[in-house]
Amino acid sequence: MRWRSGAAVAVLSVALTACDNMANQPKLNPYELPVGSQVNWPIKPVPHTVARDDPPAAPSPPPVTMALLERGQERFDIYCSPCHSRVGDGNGIIVQRGFPHPPSYHSESLRNAPNQLFYDVITHGYGAMYSYADRVEPADRWAIVAYIRALQASASASLSDVPADKRSTLQ
Amino acid sequence: MAVFGPRANLFMTAALVGVFCVCVFLVAAIWVVPLVDYNSQQQFTPEQPIPFSHKHHVSGLGLDCRYCHTTVEESSNAGMPSTAICMTCHSQIWTNAAMLEPDRKSLAENTPIRWTRVYTLPDYVYFDHSIHIAKGVGCTECHGPIGDMAMTWKANNLYMSWCLSCHRDPAPHLRPKDQVFNPHWRRTDSTPSGDALLVQYHIKTEALSDCGICHR
Repeated sequence: MRWRSGAAVAVLSVALTACDNMANQPKLNPYELPVGSQVNWPIKPVPHTVARDDPPAAPSPPPVTMALLERGQERFDIYCSPCHSRVGDGNGIIVQRGFPHPPSYHSESLRNAPNQLFYDVITHGYGAMYSYADRVEPADRWAIVAYIRALQASASASLSDVPADKRSTLQ
Repeated sequence: MAVFGPRANLFMTAALVGVFCVCVFLVAAIWVVPLVDYNSQQQFTPEQPIPFSHKHHVSGLGLDCRYCHTTVEESSNAGMPSTAICMTCHSQIWTNAAMLEPDRKSLAENTPIRWTRVYTLPDYVYFDHSIHIAKGVGCTECHGPIGDMAMTWKANNLYMSWCLSCHRDPAPHLRPKDQVFNPHWRRTDSTPSGDALLVQYHIKTEALSDCGICHR
């Protein structure tokens, strides 16, 4: 009699686990709650510990290349342009909807500001601006700084700054 | 003594009707039910803690997908925005809106907002957003007209046959890399052909429908 009930349990457990065709496996997916955890997940890091994928220190500015500027333009348009606008005058769409007006990059003080200031503001935020450290990687921050410098240069550029073979496209 | 009783015909009819009903039930259970939208939840719009509108944020304000889904280019998971990302704007705009109360509560209590999943894959499928982005598959190829959705609804059924329809013939679903995140992109005469993009992106179609591409 005992082996019969044992067999029944074995058959039932196989049948029941086969029900979801392994759609739910004993592994955790992103955003899945660990077994037994409550709504205050994710668990905060233990105090006085450092996440092992945290960058140890900020990288130094890379040499400015065309690839860096293009990366900077792409990242700027994603993360900065909603407020600072694509030309950097601070009239982005979110500002038009009521967000406090950020200073224009073309102001005298920001034209003379050191590169490190822009990097630090992206990292830590400033005034109404939140920190973008969780969205913009350190290397991308330097790319954005390089692109902001290009935007600033473009505001006071004249036709003679444009390569001779490209001038006709502007006229 | 008669072989068949007086109610034999009735039993026989009942049995035939019963067999017919069982057949209809099996056909429905095996072929019809898995294919209806109710089962796959296609077009289904789940309720969310905050009635977030992609239509307003993407088509109205012109925010890039990556502003909120920050890991979509590097990770298998596109990444759901943290409370801080919502609050980047909503600490200043719509600060008293009742619909944003869960967001403010989340910030004050340091607990994450738990959104309701729209697309769920079984654990035996190893889907990766980043490789699809890197190979020029636009968001709307799978997520439908996401830029025009007031509330997010499931645009595809996620059946394996649907995955394979693209994996067997990816060319029509490819676009130039700078248009991957454009929710309103349309192929024009000047767009490089799908076959040209296949070559440009080094997509090897003969391996794309191997089992091990999605299952391990």
